[in-house]
Amino acid sequence: MAAVLVLAIIAGIAYTMATAPNLRWEAVGHFLFQRLILQGIVITLELTALAMLIGIVLGAIVAVMRLSPNPVVSSVSWCYIWFFRGTPVLVQIFFWYNLATVLPYVGLGIPFTPIHWQAPTNSLIAPFMAATLGLGLNEAAYMAEIVRAGIISVEHGQTEAAQALGMTRLLVMRRIVLPQAMRVIIPPTGNETISMLKTSSLAFVASVPELFTRSQQIASANYDVIELAIVASIWYLAMTSILTVGQYYLERYFGRGSLRELPPTPLQRFRRMLLTFHAPPPMPPDVAPPGPAVPGSEHR
Amino acid sequence: MVKAEAVHKSFGRLEVLRGIDLEVAPREVMCMIGPSGSGKSTFLRCINHLEKIDAGRLSVDGELVGYRERGDKLHELPDKEVCRKRSEIGMVFQRFNLFPHMTALENVIEAPIRVKKESRAVAAARARKLLDRVGLSEKMNAYPNQLSGGQQQRVAIARALAMEPKLMLFDEPTSALDPELVGEVLDVMRGLAGDGMTMVVVTHEMGFAREVGDSLVFMDGGVIVEEGKPRDVLTNPQQERTRTFLSKVL
Repeated sequence: MAAVLVLAIIAGIAYTMATAPNLRWEAVGHFLFQRLILQGIVITLELTALAMLIGIVLGAIVAVMRLSPNPVVSSVSWCYIWFFRGTPVLVQIFFWYNLATVLPYVGLGIPFTPIHWQAPTNSLIAPFMAATLGLGLNEAAYMAEIVRAGIISVEHGQTEAAQALGMTRLLVMRRIVLPQAMRVIIPPTGNETISMLKTSSLAFVASVPELFTRSQQIASANYDVIELAIVASIWYLAMTSILTVGQYYLERYFGRGSLRELPPTPLQRFRRMLLTFHAPPPMPPDVAPPGPAVPGSEHR
Repeated sequence: MVKAEAVHKSFGRLEVLRGIDLEVAPREVMCMIGPSGSGKSTFLRCINHLEKIDAGRLSVDGELVGYRERGDKLHELPDKEVCRKRSEIGMVFQRFNLFPHMTALENVIEAPIRVKKESRAVAAARARKLLDRVGLSEKMNAYPNQLSGGQQQRVAIARALAMEPKLMLFDEPTSALDPELVGEVLDVMRGLAGDGMTMVVVTHEMGFAREVGDSLVFMDGGVIVEEGKPRDVLTNPQQERTRTFLSKVL
């Protein structure tokens, strides 16, 4: 009964939207594969990939630092997380984008020596760079906590066994602890990537021509604001769907060794379903030949 | 091979080791028994510096473990030096601690490749021999959770042996096993002792201690209460505390 009611409400909303008098669905179709939109998608993907790369690499470093026995190292890590998690990512992007107004030049040098190098801030931190930095540095703070949770989820006996074999602290982390921590790290990282794909639309404030910026640029010219928002939404939804599938297979890979037999993937399940349609009727279990397991049959 | 002089260790305010003096000769099999909390496992873990000691000296093969002596003070060595020393000492744990994301073979070749920088081929060849020796040549490509407890512990022994250690430490290697699986692990250890490996074994298996051990140490309250030939200590204990303990476990 409740299900029918819910379906009715959803159908009602869908019908209202589909027949909205001023909504031009043909514009949605027209702009869906427009060149500017497709270029925006490429930039959105680049932005997401780079920001996540910075986030994961820097996050792992910050997490390992956070667990360091050295109090200075772990405090620096704590402060990093405190600062970047405590300020809005929109403000951080804005900060990098406008840094040139207070710091026209940035340079590197060794004090009291003539060795010095500098460049105008604007050439170093172009809009794309500002957005990547803002998103990536912010993400690193969140990833650090995810990686840390993963590391402490690995039983201490693992570290001891590896140490007893003569492995150095770094080697233990890289070969023994992190691969096992992955099982805990991957699911929330998938979430973060999906979230990043959408958060990258904040690059709008740094005028990076990504998907949302592009759709709104077009909308400001033809006033089809909702239509272009729908175009952007369709693309965001398509991309997050693909990422969800990728996450499933990644989790499977890092789960190896944790289950006696990995459960079949949806594709394998589908194939087996087809096979069982054509296969002869099953024999009684005590004479059944050993063959590919059918899902469910391997569990007692 | 192992020499301990007045080894002290505290966890916070709890003094777990209150002056341990002991010596293990090369090729000797020493068994340590005692009630839980007596400090025998802690002492074992001090031997390869998994625990730091607070006072005293502990050396393996004539070399201090984890520390360097400068003047009359001991300074802790950097991680790298400690690791080099640890790689000469094999250890087998109560809870096996196999690496669950690696197959049996990968567990055994990991340290030789990463620590000793051996080629994969050399390490794998030795690993196959070792797994064969512990009776698991069939299970080379199984993951730890596809193995029984006894099989896992035998892989763990092979993993430790792959580093070609001078000394093997066993921390209650059969305590987490089902009774019918204890024998297969003890058989492997018996074989190892027969080949002349120096071993320190913390155990509750009195039969093993009597049959395989060259010496037996009874610990209680962080000190060695009694030590001697296993047969003597087990059948004719001199100390009242040893007698009370043995009357409960035998």
